[in-house]
Amino acid sequence: MNQSEWPLWEVFIRSKQGLDHKHVGSLHAADAEMAIQNARDVYTRRLEGVSIWVVESGHVHASNPDDAAAFYEPANDKIYRHPTFYQVPDSIKHM
Amino acid sequence: METLELTQEEQFQARIDADIRIEPKDWMPDAYRKTLIRQISQHAHSELVGMLPEGNWITRAPSLKRKSILLAKVQDEAGHGLYLYSAAETLGASRDQMLADLHSGKAKYSSIFNYPTLSWADMGCVGWLVDGAAILNQVPLCRTSYGPYARAMVRVCKEESFHQRQGFEIMQTLCEGAPTQKAMAQEALNRWWWPTLMMFGPADADSPNTAQSMNWRIKRFTNDELRQKFVDMMVPQAEFLGLTVPDEKVQWNDTKNGYDFGDVDWEEFWNVVKGNGLCNQERLGARVKAHEEGAWVREAAMAHAEKRKARG
Repeated sequence: MNQSEWPLWEVFIRSKQGLDHKHVGSLHAADAEMAIQNARDVYTRRLEGVSIWVVESGHVHASNPDDAAAFYEPANDKIYRHPTFYQVPDSIKHM
Repeated sequence: METLELTQEEQFQARIDADIRIEPKDWMPDAYRKTLIRQISQHAHSELVGMLPEGNWITRAPSLKRKSILLAKVQDEAGHGLYLYSAAETLGASRDQMLADLHSGKAKYSSIFNYPTLSWADMGCVGWLVDGAAILNQVPLCRTSYGPYARAMVRVCKEESFHQRQGFEIMQTLCEGAPTQKAMAQEALNRWWWPTLMMFGPADADSPNTAQSMNWRIKRFTNDELRQKFVDMMVPQAEFLGLTVPDEKVQWNDTKNGYDFGDVDWEEFWNVVKGNGLCNQERLGARVKAHEEGAWVREAAMAHAEKRKARG
Protein backbone atom coordinates (compact mmCIF):
# COMPACT_ATOMS: atom_id res chain seq x y z
CA MET A 1 0.00 0.00 0.00
CA ASN A 2 1.13 3.49 -0.83
CA GLN A 3 1.69 5.37 2.43
CA SER A 4 1.31 8.71 0.73
CA GLU A 5 -2.28 8.45 -0.54
CA TRP A 6 -3.47 12.05 -0.80
CA PRO A 7 -6.00 13.03 1.87
CA LEU A 8 -9.72 12.89 1.06
CA TRP A 9 -11.68 16.16 0.80
CA GLU A 10 -15.42 16.75 0.78
CA VAL A 11 -16.55 19.21 -1.87
CA PHE A 12 -19.38 21.73 -1.51
CA ILE A 13 -20.56 23.88 -4.39
CA ARG A 14 -22.72 26.99 -4.62
CA SER A 15 -24.49 26.55 -7.93
CA LYS A 16 -25.45 30.23 -8.19
CA GLN A 17 -25.39 33.41 -6.16
CA GLY A 18 -28.06 33.35 -3.49
CA LEU A 19 -28.07 29.59 -2.97
CA ASP A 20 -26.40 27.47 -0.28
CA HIS A 21 -23.25 25.47 -0.85
CA LYS A 22 -24.29 21.87 -1.32
CA HIS A 23 -22.29 18.68 -0.87
CA VAL A 24 -21.48 17.18 -4.28
CA GLY A 25 -18.91 14.47 -3.55
CA SER A 26 -15.31 14.01 -2.59
CA LEU A 27 -11.84 13.81 -4.08
CA HIS A 28 -8.20 13.33 -3.15
CA ALA A 29 -5.70 16.19 -3.11
CA ALA A 30 -2.40 16.98 -1.44
CA ASP A 31 -3.61 20.32 -0.03
CA ALA A 32 -6.58 22.70 -0.01
CA GLU A 33 -5.43 24.65 -3.03
CA MET A 34 -5.15 21.51 -5.14
CA ALA A 35 -8.46 20.26 -3.76
CA ILE A 36 -10.19 23.42 -5.01
CA GLN A 37 -8.54 23.17 -8.42
CA ASN A 38 -9.42 19.49 -8.72
CA ALA A 39 -12.98 20.21 -7.56
CA ARG A 40 -13.29 22.75 -10.36
CA ASP A 41 -12.19 20.15 -12.92
CA VAL A 42 -14.20 17.27 -11.50
CA TYR A 43 -17.42 18.97 -10.42
CA THR A 44 -17.86 22.16 -12.48
CA ARG A 45 -17.03 21.25 -16.07
CA ARG A 46 -20.43 22.53 -17.17
CA LEU A 47 -20.76 25.72 -15.13
CA GLU A 48 -22.28 23.92 -12.15
CA GLY A 49 -20.79 26.34 -9.66
CA VAL A 50 -19.76 29.87 -8.78
CA SER A 51 -18.09 29.03 -5.46
CA ILE A 52 -16.37 25.96 -4.02
CA TRP A 53 -15.71 24.89 -0.44
CA VAL A 54 -13.46 21.95 0.39
CA VAL A 55 -13.16 20.37 3.83
CA GLU A 56 -10.82 17.53 4.73
CA SER A 57 -13.11 14.55 5.28
CA GLY A 58 -11.56 13.81 8.66
CA HIS A 59 -12.88 17.14 9.94
CA VAL A 60 -16.51 16.28 9.23
CA HIS A 61 -18.36 14.95 12.28
CA ALA A 62 -21.70 13.28 11.69
CA SER A 63 -24.67 12.16 13.76
CA ASN A 64 -25.09 8.43 14.15
CA PRO A 65 -27.93 6.96 12.04
CA ASP A 66 -28.42 4.18 14.61
CA ASP A 67 -29.47 6.82 17.14
CA ALA A 68 -31.79 8.61 14.72
CA ALA A 69 -35.04 7.52 16.41
CA ALA A 70 -34.07 8.81 19.87
CA PHE A 71 -32.03 11.72 18.57
CA TYR A 72 -34.87 13.33 16.62
CA GLU A 73 -37.59 12.19 19.02
CA PRO A 74 -37.91 15.59 20.80
CA ALA A 75 -39.30 17.13 17.59
CA ASN A 76 -41.74 14.29 17.06
CA ASP A 77 -44.68 15.27 19.25
CA LYS A 78 -44.55 19.07 19.10
CA ILE A 79 -47.12 19.66 16.44
CA TYR A 80 -47.86 23.04 18.03
CA ARG A 81 -44.66 24.25 16.38
CA HIS A 82 -46.45 24.19 13.06
CA PRO A 83 -48.88 26.95 12.02
CA THR A 84 -51.45 24.38 10.92
CA PHE A 85 -51.93 23.44 14.61
CA TYR A 86 -53.88 26.65 15.21
CA GLN A 87 -57.43 27.33 14.17
CA VAL A 88 -57.99 30.74 12.69
CA PRO A 89 -61.57 31.99 12.30
CA ASP A 90 -62.64 32.31 8.66
CA SER A 91 -63.30 36.02 9.06
CA ILE A 92 -59.70 36.73 10.03
CA LYS A 93 -57.64 37.68 6.99
CA HIS A 94 -53.92 38.08 6.43
CA MET A 95 -52.74 35.54 9.01
CA MET B 1 -44.16 -2.67 17.57
CA GLU B 2 -43.77 -4.96 14.61
CA THR B 3 -40.41 -3.52 13.55
CA LEU B 4 -38.93 -4.58 16.89
CA GLU B 5 -39.37 -8.20 15.90
CA LEU B 6 -37.50 -7.81 12.63
CA THR B 7 -33.83 -8.68 12.39
CA GLN B 8 -31.38 -6.02 11.27
CA GLU B 9 -31.26 -7.63 7.85
CA GLU B 10 -35.06 -7.70 7.55
CA GLN B 11 -35.26 -4.04 8.51
CA PHE B 12 -32.63 -3.29 5.89
CA GLN B 13 -34.58 -5.16 3.22
CA ALA B 14 -37.80 -3.43 4.28
CA ARG B 15 -36.15 -0.04 3.71
CA ILE B 16 -34.96 -1.13 0.28
CA ASP B 17 -38.42 -2.45 -0.59
CA ALA B 18 -39.88 0.92 0.43
CA ASP B 19 -37.35 2.61 -1.90
CA ILE B 20 -35.61 4.34 0.99
CA ARG B 21 -31.97 4.97 0.06
CA ILE B 22 -29.14 3.47 2.08
CA GLU B 23 -26.48 5.98 3.16
CA PRO B 24 -22.82 5.35 4.07
CA LYS B 25 -23.14 5.13 7.85
CA ASP B 26 -26.33 3.03 7.82
CA TRP B 27 -26.15 -0.62 8.79
CA MET B 28 -25.91 -2.91 5.77
CA PRO B 29 -25.21 -6.63 5.25
CA ASP B 30 -21.56 -7.41 4.47
CA ALA B 31 -22.52 -9.03 1.19
CA TYR B 32 -24.36 -5.86 0.09
CA ARG B 33 -21.27 -3.78 0.89
CA LYS B 34 -18.93 -6.20 -0.90
CA THR B 35 -21.13 -6.51 -3.98
CA LEU B 36 -21.44 -2.75 -4.23
CA ILE B 37 -17.71 -2.15 -3.83
CA ARG B 38 -17.08 -4.67 -6.59
CA GLN B 39 -19.74 -3.24 -8.89
CA ILE B 40 -18.87 0.43 -8.35
CA SER B 41 -15.11 -0.05 -8.58
CA GLN B 42 -15.48 -2.14 -11.75
CA HIS B 43 -17.55 0.66 -13.16
CA ALA B 44 -14.90 3.23 -12.14
CA HIS B 45 -12.15 1.10 -13.67
CA SER B 46 -14.15 0.92 -16.91
CA GLU B 47 -14.30 4.71 -17.08
CA LEU B 48 -10.57 4.93 -16.51
CA VAL B 49 -9.61 2.28 -19.05
CA GLY B 50 -12.33 3.61 -21.38
CA MET B 51 -10.23 6.72 -21.93
CA LEU B 52 -7.49 4.72 -23.64
CA PRO B 53 -9.16 3.60 -26.90
CA GLU B 54 -10.27 7.19 -27.50
CA GLY B 55 -7.03 8.79 -26.36
CA ASN B 56 -5.63 6.88 -29.31
CA TRP B 57 -7.51 9.25 -31.66
CA ILE B 58 -7.11 12.65 -30.01
CA THR B 59 -4.02 13.53 -32.03
CA ARG B 60 -5.58 12.22 -35.24
CA ALA B 61 -9.09 13.66 -35.01
CA PRO B 62 -10.07 14.98 -38.45
CA SER B 63 -10.70 18.57 -37.36
CA LEU B 64 -10.09 20.93 -34.47
CA LYS B 65 -13.79 20.74 -33.58
CA ARG B 66 -13.67 16.94 -33.38
CA LYS B 67 -10.45 17.09 -31.38
CA SER B 68 -11.97 19.50 -28.83
CA ILE B 69 -15.07 17.33 -28.52
CA LEU B 70 -13.03 14.17 -28.05
CA LEU B 71 -10.83 15.83 -25.43
CA ALA B 72 -13.92 16.97 -23.52
CA LYS B 73 -15.39 13.47 -23.70
CA VAL B 74 -12.21 11.83 -22.43
CA GLN B 75 -12.04 14.40 -19.62
CA ASP B 76 -15.64 13.52 -18.69
CA GLU B 77 -14.64 9.87 -18.47
CA ALA B 78 -11.85 10.70 -16.04
CA GLY B 79 -14.45 12.64 -14.06
CA HIS B 80 -16.90 9.71 -14.11
CA GLY B 81 -14.17 7.45 -12.80
CA LEU B 82 -13.55 9.88 -9.95
CA TYR B 83 -17.26 10.22 -9.01
CA LEU B 84 -17.46 6.45 -8.83
CA TYR B 85 -14.24 5.86 -6.90
CA SER B 86 -15.38 8.34 -4.29
CA ALA B 87 -18.78 6.57 -4.07
CA ALA B 88 -16.93 3.28 -3.47
CA GLU B 89 -14.76 4.95 -0.82
CA THR B 90 -17.87 5.82 1.21
CA LEU B 91 -18.23 2.03 1.66
CA GLY B 92 -14.76 1.75 3.18
CA ALA B 93 -12.79 0.81 0.06
CA SER B 94 -9.45 2.58 -0.31
CA ARG B 95 -8.53 4.34 -3.55
CA ASP B 96 -5.03 2.89 -3.55
CA GLN B 97 -6.33 -0.63 -3.04
CA MET B 98 -8.87 -0.30 -5.84
CA LEU B 99 -6.21 0.93 -8.24
CA ALA B 100 -3.81 -1.80 -7.10
CA ASP B 101 -6.51 -4.39 -7.85
CA LEU B 102 -7.06 -2.93 -11.31
CA HIS B 103 -3.36 -2.90 -12.08
CA SER B 104 -2.73 -6.44 -10.84
CA GLY B 105 -5.60 -7.74 -12.96
CA LYS B 106 -7.55 -8.86 -9.89
CA ALA B 107 -10.36 -6.39 -10.59
CA LYS B 108 -12.19 -6.40 -13.89
CA TYR B 109 -13.33 -3.60 -16.18
CA SER B 110 -15.73 -3.66 -19.10
CA SER B 111 -14.39 -6.00 -21.79
CA ILE B 112 -15.53 -3.66 -24.54
CA PHE B 113 -12.37 -1.61 -24.06
CA ASN B 114 -10.22 -4.59 -24.96
CA TYR B 115 -11.19 -4.16 -28.60
CA PRO B 116 -9.02 -1.94 -30.83
CA THR B 117 -10.11 1.39 -32.33
CA LEU B 118 -8.84 1.05 -35.88
CA SER B 119 -10.45 3.90 -37.79
CA TRP B 120 -12.06 7.28 -37.11
CA ALA B 121 -15.44 5.60 -37.55
CA ASP B 122 -14.63 3.66 -34.40
CA MET B 123 -14.93 6.93 -32.47
CA GLY B 124 -18.43 7.15 -33.92
CA CYS B 125 -19.27 3.59 -32.87
CA VAL B 126 -17.80 3.99 -29.40
CA GLY B 127 -20.01 7.02 -28.77
CA TRP B 128 -23.13 5.83 -30.54
CA LEU B 129 -23.11 2.13 -29.59
CA VAL B 130 -20.84 1.71 -26.57
CA ASP B 131 -22.02 4.83 -24.76
CA GLY B 132 -25.57 4.05 -25.89
CA ALA B 133 -25.31 0.66 -24.18
CA ALA B 134 -23.69 2.26 -21.14
CA ILE B 135 -26.58 4.72 -20.84
CA LEU B 136 -29.12 1.88 -20.85
CA ASN B 137 -27.17 0.25 -18.02
CA GLN B 138 -26.69 3.50 -16.14
CA VAL B 139 -30.05 5.27 -16.27
CA PRO B 140 -31.75 2.68 -14.01
CA LEU B 141 -28.77 2.99 -11.62
CA CYS B 142 -29.78 6.61 -10.91
CA ARG B 143 -32.45 4.94 -8.73
CA THR B 144 -30.16 2.36 -7.22
CA SER B 145 -30.57 1.72 -3.49
CA TYR B 146 -27.18 3.06 -2.35
CA GLY B 147 -27.36 6.86 -2.10
CA PRO B 148 -23.81 7.90 -3.07
CA TYR B 149 -23.84 5.51 -6.05
CA ALA B 150 -27.21 6.80 -7.25
CA ARG B 151 -26.08 10.42 -6.95
CA ALA B 152 -22.86 9.69 -8.86
CA MET B 153 -24.92 8.03 -11.59
CA VAL B 154 -27.21 11.05 -11.95
CA ARG B 155 -24.14 13.14 -12.68
CA VAL B 156 -22.72 10.53 -15.06
CA CYS B 157 -25.97 10.17 -16.99
CA LYS B 158 -26.34 13.91 -17.47
CA GLU B 159 -22.95 14.00 -19.15
CA GLU B 160 -23.19 10.73 -21.03
CA SER B 161 -25.89 11.79 -23.46
CA PHE B 162 -23.51 14.28 -25.10
CA HIS B 163 -21.15 11.36 -25.60
CA GLN B 164 -23.72 9.32 -27.43
CA ARG B 165 -24.91 12.20 -29.59
CA GLN B 166 -21.43 13.18 -30.70
CA GLY B 167 -20.84 9.54 -31.68
CA PHE B 168 -24.04 9.43 -33.69
CA GLU B 169 -23.07 12.69 -35.37
CA ILE B 170 -19.72 11.22 -36.41
CA MET B 171 -21.54 8.22 -37.90
CA GLN B 172 -24.09 10.42 -39.66
CA THR B 173 -21.38 12.64 -41.14
CA LEU B 174 -19.53 9.61 -42.47
CA CYS B 175 -22.71 8.05 -43.84
CA GLU B 176 -23.60 11.24 -45.70
CA GLY B 177 -20.06 11.52 -47.08
CA ALA B 178 -18.18 9.70 -49.82
CA PRO B 179 -18.89 5.99 -50.45
CA THR B 180 -15.53 5.12 -48.89
CA GLN B 181 -16.51 7.02 -45.74
CA LYS B 182 -19.82 5.23 -45.54
CA ALA B 183 -18.01 1.92 -46.04
CA MET B 184 -15.74 2.85 -43.15
CA ALA B 185 -18.79 3.45 -40.96
CA GLN B 186 -20.29 0.08 -41.94
CA GLU B 187 -17.00 -1.69 -41.31
CA ALA B 188 -16.77 -0.18 -37.82
CA LEU B 189 -20.38 -1.14 -37.06
CA ASN B 190 -19.60 -4.70 -38.15
CA ARG B 191 -16.78 -4.91 -35.65
CA TRP B 192 -18.51 -3.15 -32.70
CA TRP B 193 -22.04 -4.56 -32.87
CA TRP B 194 -21.49 -7.92 -31.18
CA PRO B 195 -18.99 -6.77 -28.54
CA THR B 196 -21.50 -4.05 -27.61
CA LEU B 197 -24.27 -6.63 -27.14
CA MET B 198 -21.87 -8.46 -24.80
CA MET B 199 -21.58 -5.35 -22.61
CA PHE B 200 -24.87 -6.26 -20.91
CA GLY B 201 -23.23 -9.35 -19.48
CA PRO B 202 -24.02 -13.07 -19.67
CA ALA B 203 -27.50 -14.36 -20.51
CA ASP B 204 -29.89 -14.31 -17.53
CA ALA B 205 -29.67 -18.09 -17.21
CA ASP B 206 -25.90 -17.77 -16.65
CA SER B 207 -26.05 -14.79 -14.32
CA PRO B 208 -26.54 -16.30 -10.86
CA ASN B 209 -26.10 -13.02 -8.94
CA THR B 210 -28.82 -11.14 -10.80
CA ALA B 211 -31.65 -12.19 -8.46
CA GLN B 212 -29.87 -10.98 -5.32
CA SER B 213 -28.78 -7.74 -6.97
CA MET B 214 -32.32 -7.04 -8.15
CA ASN B 215 -33.58 -7.76 -4.65
CA TRP B 216 -31.16 -5.20 -3.26
CA ARG B 217 -32.08 -2.81 -6.07
CA ILE B 218 -28.50 -2.33 -7.13
CA LYS B 219 -29.57 -3.72 -10.46
CA ARG B 220 -33.01 -2.87 -11.80
CA PHE B 221 -33.26 -4.82 -15.06
CA THR B 222 -31.80 -8.17 -16.09
CA ASN B 223 -28.99 -8.44 -18.66
CA ASP B 224 -31.29 -9.90 -21.30
CA GLU B 225 -33.96 -7.25 -20.75
CA LEU B 226 -31.42 -4.49 -21.33
CA ARG B 227 -29.90 -6.27 -24.35
CA GLN B 228 -33.35 -6.51 -25.93
CA LYS B 229 -34.03 -2.82 -25.26
CA PHE B 230 -30.72 -1.93 -26.84
CA VAL B 231 -31.39 -3.89 -30.03
CA ASP B 232 -34.87 -2.35 -30.26
CA MET B 233 -33.36 1.13 -29.97
CA MET B 234 -30.41 0.65 -32.26
CA VAL B 235 -31.75 -1.24 -35.28
CA PRO B 236 -33.93 1.70 -36.41
CA GLN B 237 -31.05 4.11 -35.81
CA ALA B 238 -28.75 1.98 -38.00
CA GLU B 239 -31.49 1.94 -40.66
CA PHE B 240 -31.70 5.73 -40.49
CA LEU B 241 -27.96 5.89 -41.17
CA GLY B 242 -28.36 3.48 -44.08
CA LEU B 243 -26.23 0.88 -42.29
CA THR B 244 -26.96 -2.79 -41.63
CA VAL B 245 -26.32 -4.45 -38.29
CA PRO B 246 -24.19 -7.58 -38.88
CA ASP B 247 -26.81 -10.11 -37.80
CA GLU B 248 -28.96 -11.91 -40.38
CA LYS B 249 -31.40 -12.97 -37.70
CA VAL B 250 -32.46 -9.41 -36.86
CA GLN B 251 -36.15 -9.22 -37.66
CA TRP B 252 -39.12 -7.39 -36.20
CA ASN B 253 -41.36 -9.65 -34.12
CA ASP B 254 -44.92 -8.34 -33.74
CA THR B 255 -45.86 -10.72 -30.95
CA LYS B 256 -43.10 -9.65 -28.60
CA ASN B 257 -43.14 -6.09 -29.93
CA GLY B 258 -39.38 -6.13 -30.37
CA TYR B 259 -36.66 -7.44 -32.64
CA ASP B 260 -35.53 -11.04 -32.76
CA PHE B 261 -31.77 -11.32 -33.01
CA GLY B 262 -29.02 -13.94 -33.20
CA ASP B 263 -27.02 -15.57 -30.41
CA VAL B 264 -24.07 -13.79 -28.87
CA ASP B 265 -20.77 -15.68 -29.12
CA TRP B 266 -20.28 -16.29 -25.40
CA GLU B 267 -17.04 -18.13 -25.97
CA GLU B 268 -15.54 -14.90 -27.29
CA PHE B 269 -17.01 -12.99 -24.36
CA TRP B 270 -15.46 -15.24 -21.71
CA ASN B 271 -12.18 -15.35 -23.58
CA VAL B 272 -11.89 -11.54 -23.46
CA VAL B 273 -12.99 -11.48 -19.80
CA LYS B 274 -10.20 -13.95 -19.03
CA GLY B 275 -7.65 -11.56 -20.49
CA ASN B 276 -7.20 -12.92 -24.01
CA GLY B 277 -8.84 -10.10 -25.96
CA LEU B 278 -7.00 -8.18 -28.65
CA CYS B 279 -5.98 -5.31 -26.37
CA ASN B 280 -6.12 -6.58 -22.76
CA GLN B 281 -2.37 -6.39 -22.29
CA GLU B 282 -1.98 -3.09 -24.11
CA ARG B 283 -4.74 -1.40 -22.06
CA LEU B 284 -3.55 -2.61 -18.69
CA GLY B 285 0.04 -1.91 -19.69
CA ALA B 286 -0.81 1.71 -20.58
CA ARG B 287 -2.72 2.11 -17.30
CA VAL B 288 0.12 0.75 -15.15
CA LYS B 289 2.70 2.83 -17.04
CA ALA B 290 0.71 6.04 -16.49
CA HIS B 291 0.32 5.21 -12.80
CA GLU B 292 3.99 4.42 -12.27
CA GLU B 293 5.23 7.40 -14.22
CA GLY B 294 2.94 9.64 -12.18
CA ALA B 295 4.25 8.33 -8.85
CA TRP B 296 6.89 11.04 -8.45
CA VAL B 297 4.28 13.74 -9.05
CA ARG B 298 2.03 12.34 -6.33
CA GLU B 299 4.93 12.06 -3.92
CA ALA B 300 6.28 15.53 -4.72
CA ALA B 301 2.85 17.14 -4.26
CA MET B 302 2.45 15.46 -0.89
CA ALA B 303 5.97 16.44 0.23
CA HIS B 304 5.29 20.02 -0.83
CA ALA B 305 1.99 20.11 1.06
CA GLU B 306 3.60 18.71 4.21
CA LYS B 307 6.44 21.18 4.04
CA ARG B 308 4.04 24.09 3.70
CA LYS B 309 1.93 22.81 6.58
CA ALA B 310 5.02 22.51 8.79
CA ARG B 311 5.97 26.09 7.97
CA GLY B 312 2.48 27.13 9.09
